[in-house]
Amino acid sequence: MAFVAFGSQAPAKEQGPSKTGRVALFLLLPGLFYLALFFITPLVSLIITSLKAPSSTGAIGRYDLGLEFGNYVYALTQYAPQIFRSFSFAVLATVIALAISYPIAYFIAVKSRNRPLLRGILLTLVVAPFFISFLLRTFAWKQIFSNDSLVVNVLKDIGIFGADSYIIGTNFAVVFGLVYNFIPFMTLPIYANLDRLDLSLVEAGSDLYASPSKTFRKITLPLSLPGVISGTLLTFIPISGDYVVASRDFLGGPDTAMIGNVVEANFLRIQDYPTASAISVMLMATIVVLVSAYVRRSGTDDLL
Amino acid sequence: MTRFSLGKYLLPTYVFLTFLFLMVPIGYTFVYSFNDSIKSNIIWRGFTLDNWLNVCDQADVCGAFGNSLLVAVTATTVSTVLGTMIAIALVRYRFKFRSATNLLLFLPLATPEVVMGAGLAAQFLDFGWTKGLTTVIIAHVMFTLSFVVVTVKARVATLDPALEEAGRDLYASPMQVFWKITFPLLLPGILSAAMLAFALSFDDFIITQFNSGSVDTFPKFVYTAAARGIPPEANVVGSFVFIVAIAIVIAVQVRSAMKKRKLLSK
Repeated sequence: MAFVAFGSQAPAKEQGPSKTGRVALFLLLPGLFYLALFFITPLVSLIITSLKAPSSTGAIGRYDLGLEFGNYVYALTQYAPQIFRSFSFAVLATVIALAISYPIAYFIAVKSRNRPLLRGILLTLVVAPFFISFLLRTFAWKQIFSNDSLVVNVLKDIGIFGADSYIIGTNFAVVFGLVYNFIPFMTLPIYANLDRLDLSLVEAGSDLYASPSKTFRKITLPLSLPGVISGTLLTFIPISGDYVVASRDFLGGPDTAMIGNVVEANFLRIQDYPTASAISVMLMATIVVLVSAYVRRSGTDDLL
Repeated sequence: MTRFSLGKYLLPTYVFLTFLFLMVPIGYTFVYSFNDSIKSNIIWRGFTLDNWLNVCDQADVCGAFGNSLLVAVTATTVSTVLGTMIAIALVRYRFKFRSATNLLLFLPLATPEVVMGAGLAAQFLDFGWTKGLTTVIIAHVMFTLSFVVVTVKARVATLDPALEEAGRDLYASPMQVFWKITFPLLLPGILSAAMLAFALSFDDFIITQFNSGSVDTFPKFVYTAAARGIPPEANVVGSFVFIVAIAIVIAVQVRSAMKKRKLLSK
């Protein structure tokens, strides 16, 4: 037994020959250089663009280098409702997705631990939505909830809905769509964490006469917290920048626009690059603050 | 005792209902790929195989699908090579700036797509580059790279360095050690990383919209079409991709289950 334990531990032991030098550089540099060129400098471009001033020639979509901090003030005052809405939607959708996903992750990781077939099927089903286009899925919900659809008509018939009630275009529809699309992102990290949960700890809890709910609160939940945190980040970050679900062509309406919709409209439609960039920079700054709070807790080696 | 039976049935029922909910739009898309629609694909007008047999009657759908494949294959190849190299270096070598490297690799995972998309687009504007297939591929390599690193890194960490040492002891050159020992052992990890990168690239919309100019990819086609109604041919493409992907996942799972059984019976 001791030998088996030792063997399974071996790979986790200190691995690297301390050879730094050329090989490591050869392996690292191409990829890191790529990221520097196409991830870091674009962020710098974004900051520079966010400070540009309208071109002195007056041409639309042309801007001169500048230090127009007023762009930020303009973006904040002009788009305060959308910014506020984005973060409220993101918080709400993340919390709901967590509430829906945790029991699923728990069931797959803990309750079906000894049934590999069931577990394989359930895991496949969790990721199944990834295999059909995000946009098609969202559009399917639009049609399911459209004004003369079966769902809406039934709601009207039972009297839950008034004659001119509707779902598409409401805040409810947008949050619903966000929750739906991001359930897998929440479920997978929690599953991955609970999968490593040592069940003997739970048993110990019940041996010591703790009730099932107390064992869950005192043992399972605290141990699964890292999974909950990464699930929350993986859900919150993409939602805060999404603009497909809230788009009027999908589940949104005139009053559901989020930050992403503002950036899209300003950048790609009216070519107001500085405003679009200023909003993006502020979004990025908020996310960086959030993530660095997380990094401070767990260090950089746990990130990847 | 009621508590016991409640716990026993409540959770499975809940899980079953949630999975049903997860499958609804997938089923809807699939069913409506067979709709005999005239203009818009909203009302059910009867069953037909026409959309499946003549997908390319909607030339735009087919062209966009082709572009998506081209982008995904190219971007996956590049990012798998670059990402695998980084993953090996991260596990096997000690070097300065390690935490800076980790941070640089992590940041793209933590950046909203709209920020990456707008940033790259701003840079292409500054450089004066015309947006097109090349800029889309550049963008896709960028945002898939970190996912490749994470996936391959997990596999490298399970490798026993003693195997490579044995190779070196037997006078294999570093290249031989890599191609005869390291690479074959890493292959499952590299393949799953490539599959992930492919899936991410194929389904990407936001970064693509900012950097594609007039080039259509499949998701971009769907987005544009949504304003006037998505043609059933798009449902065909979506359903087809879904079936292929599920088939691959099942095949991989069956294969690994069979391997396990073989190991156990030995």
